[in-house]
Amino acid sequence: METLVEIRDVRKVYKRDEFDVPVLNGITLDVPRGDFLALMGPSGSGKTTLLNLIAGIDRPTSGRIIVDGKEISRFSETALASWRARHVGFIFQLYNLIPVLNAFENVELPLLLTKLSKKERREHVTAALNIVGLSDRIFHYPRQLSGGQEQRVAIARAVVTDPSILVADEPTGDLDARNAQETLDLLQRLNEEFDKTIMMVTHDPKAAQHARRTMHLEKGLLVEMQEMAAAQA
Amino acid sequence: MVPLKYNIRNLRARSVSTLMSVFGIGIVIAVMLSMMALNNGVQKATTTSGSKDAMMVLREGAQAEVSSWVTKEAYRIIRELPGVRKDSKGQPLLSPEIVIAFKIPKKDDPKGSNVIVRGVTQNAFAMRPNVRLIQGRMFRPGLNEVIVARRVRDRFVNTNVGDTFKFGPQLWNVVGVFDAHGTAFDSEIWADVDYLGQARKRDAYSSLVLHPVDRAAFESIKAAIKNDNRLKLAVKSEYQYYSEQTTGLLGIVILVFIVTAFMIFAAILATMNTMFTAVSSRKRELATMRAIGYKRRTILLAMMIESAFVAFLGGVAGVLLALPVNFISTGTVNWQTFSEVAFNFDVDRHVAMLGILLAVVSGVFGGLLPAISAARMPIAQALREI
Repeated sequence: METLVEIRDVRKVYKRDEFDVPVLNGITLDVPRGDFLALMGPSGSGKTTLLNLIAGIDRPTSGRIIVDGKEISRFSETALASWRARHVGFIFQLYNLIPVLNAFENVELPLLLTKLSKKERREHVTAALNIVGLSDRIFHYPRQLSGGQEQRVAIARAVVTDPSILVADEPTGDLDARNAQETLDLLQRLNEEFDKTIMMVTHDPKAAQHARRTMHLEKGLLVEMQEMAAAQA
Repeated sequence: MVPLKYNIRNLRARSVSTLMSVFGIGIVIAVMLSMMALNNGVQKATTTSGSKDAMMVLREGAQAEVSSWVTKEAYRIIRELPGVRKDSKGQPLLSPEIVIAFKIPKKDDPKGSNVIVRGVTQNAFAMRPNVRLIQGRMFRPGLNEVIVARRVRDRFVNTNVGDTFKFGPQLWNVVGVFDAHGTAFDSEIWADVDYLGQARKRDAYSSLVLHPVDRAAFESIKAAIKNDNRLKLAVKSEYQYYSEQTTGLLGIVILVFIVTAFMIFAAILATMNTMFTAVSSRKRELATMRAIGYKRRTILLAMMIESAFVAFLGGVAGVLLALPVNFISTGTVNWQTFSEVAFNFDVDRHVAMLGILLAVVSGVFGGLLPAISAARMPIAQALREI
């Protein structure tokens, strides 16, 4: 399968006062297009850092990150922002919806960075809210929605631009079991039906089971790889 | 571009904090506008008094009419100079005037203040169209009658029509009230020049005001007076004379500038405080927008617009709060003449626009640092903010 994300010997060191804190110690990883990869590991193992690097909201201290043939680790800040707008959909643990915008406007937010007309934007937003099953909550504000519904709006916002890659950081971390299940089913559907490449950080082994494969990070290194898809086959 | 509704709804969402900022800035702007209105009023009272066409003749070296004298001989010489405009009866448009400051009790201060008493002829009215009688009648030549400016009547005792007050050994009857359209004459009492001269034993005038036929005549009359060694007089335009009087009120202008500068600084700090709070409570949502692909400069602009908008509302509130001072009329001492200058606080269109503009400018400056901090937050870190 074609490789979408290539990570080559990536290191990340944070500076805390005068101390260097190494978080990633030379990660090399390939993520094929259409993959659904779960990243697991204890707190502080560097999973979120790795996800942030792939999503282009943080930069590696050394090493290369190539997404869809482009070495994003060399992009300027501005180029990176434009790249994220076109290629990355974000799903957060706390949904991160804009409280003063309703569901429609939240989903529309990434489309305002495109050249789409108002009518086209409306069509895209409606389609995205349809996919997540919230077409009846279009004009609700985040505070008028349940946690599960908020996360579905956030997923609609993540997919509305049809990005190459979806990154999800603990997407079920703040949800009850039923809503967590619905969210994971939705992600799985996006992967299987819409062929979305998904990278998900999670603590929850049950959540990881929805992925095609799971990788473990420990002390900044990938220590184990489970080819879930192969195991299931 | 971040949609404007995002900013406006955020301001509405934290309406208490927004309203407090708007009122905070509003009060600052209102105080500033009042100071400017005061300055504006003083400027108007002095600079609009004089016409650029009219010439003012004073003793050489005299700073003000009260310390100047022009002999009757000089008056007769200047009256005959070529280039002096004539009225419809063929008489030269020349107004010899006697200016004396004297103290009368004020309604709110029994010790009183100096008021200018100006002795004039009928020509003075022809040459100062701003001066209009609004009550009573004109004084009659050769009698102890005066007309008083409306603002003098409002502020000093015994100055209503029908009242009598003592000035030197004489009693003077108030027969009329005039309005001088915000000019310096609004601080004066006018009487017949000849009667005033006799009563006060003055055989010289304080000044002459005349109208030349044109600009060339202005220059030729000026040169003729300057070059006549008998006269020892100086000529300036009436406008220049009254502009120079303003320098006696320089203290007010300096005060206005200092207070305004502090006030702008206060407005900047108020906005900065509001916007730092706004940014810090929205770190995660701003980081989310940047993650989604909004560029740094877009976030910067959005926060600046929000800040400028709060300040704009503050500016409007300031103008509304400052409007009532428009109706305040007060006085100050002109140190050139040691007499009272009455003026209105004048919040006109320009002052109001300037107030709003300064509010917006302070909003932009106050919003700058918080906006930069919002735009420069490391996204990954800010996303973890709760």
